Amino acid sequence: MTRLEALGAIHGRLDDKIVVTIMGAVSAELQSIGHRPNFFYLQHAMGLASSMGLGIALSRPDREVVVFDGDGSILMNLGGLTTMARYKPRNLVHVVFDNESLLSVGGFPTATATGSDIAGMAAAAGVPRTCTVRTLDEFTRAFDAAVQARELTTLVAKVDAVGPAGYVTDLAMLENRFEFQRWLRQH
Amino acid sequence: MSPVSTSSSRLVFDALKDCGVRLISALPETWLVHLIRMAEDDPETILVRLAKEEEGVGISAGAHLAGVRSAMLMQNHGFLASVNGIVSCAQLYRIPLLMMISYRGEFGERDPWQTEGGGVTEDLLRALRIPFAYLEDQEHVARRIHKAQTLAHSANKPVALLLCRDLMWEEG
Repeated sequence: MTRLEALGAIHGRLDDKIVVTIMGAVSAELQSIGHRPNFFYLQHAMGLASSMGLGIALSRPDREVVVFDGDGSILMNLGGLTTMARYKPRNLVHVVFDNESLLSVGGFPTATATGSDIAGMAAAAGVPRTCTVRTLDEFTRAFDAAVQARELTTLVAKVDAVGPAGYVTDLAMLENRFEFQRWLRQH
Repeated sequence: MSPVSTSSSRLVFDALKDCGVRLISALPETWLVHLIRMAEDDPETILVRLAKEEEGVGISAGAHLAGVRSAMLMQNHGFLASVNGIVSCAQLYRIPLLMMISYRGEFGERDPWQTEGGGVTEDLLRALRIPFAYLEDQEHVARRIHKAQTLAHSANKPVALLLCRDLMWEEG
């Protein structure tokens, strides 16, 4: 499946959730489907999307938090999996789009291309629910199950190494940041 | 009897709470031991123990956008470990951080491995244009913490407080 298809399939379920994405294709593709004020795109600090999601989940236990991460990003913050697992917020779903590469800088393979297993690492870190999915149907079912389970989940979606034509969108970073904060204040 | 000052730790913790801090992320080091215990014992404080200090930047950024004030407790080497997160998350997105940094490797330091990091701490804070102040005496602890918090929020930027040996370490 492609990341774009996967995001498109669940986009309609995100209206009431707090969404944090990592940079690159994840951010550009989610915006191309439809930006919402409850979506925040973390455009440069690789590795920290999951940490931001944890901070938000602990601060807003009344709302579901969804993190859209990438393999390159989570590999930079594997220790963060243990921190997430330590506090296991029930309202956090951690999706990792694993295209086995760092796409936006030229398509270099990451370690998941040669066998490193992110879901396995998350499970070993203590994340209570983990899985790896490969088809669109598996993805949507696993996403819905994760939301319904009300338990910390790392959901790894293996996706094709394809991405958008460009990565800079017309939503300025600071515009997004302040709009997102205001949405959180008002909802 | 630990030579880390309990009374100074209490002043710091109470001032943080008084500033509205409800979430504290921490990676322990010797000077922070009482502070971390106070955070753990306080039912109104969320303590997040980290694997690496840089995670705390993301956690605090998320907490801030979600309306919760937080503080980061770390050693100055933890600050070194956090630099990309500070620059690429907090500074890039104009998010306030309150960084409580224990200042190891400075005058009076006995552990040799601390001294290189001690030597670059202030220059690095200045190079990153992070406003900072020293917490050296119990007399100014509460006031300086409040002022740091105020600046962090009006500027929407990270601010640092250096927890100095004279404040944190009790010895003759």
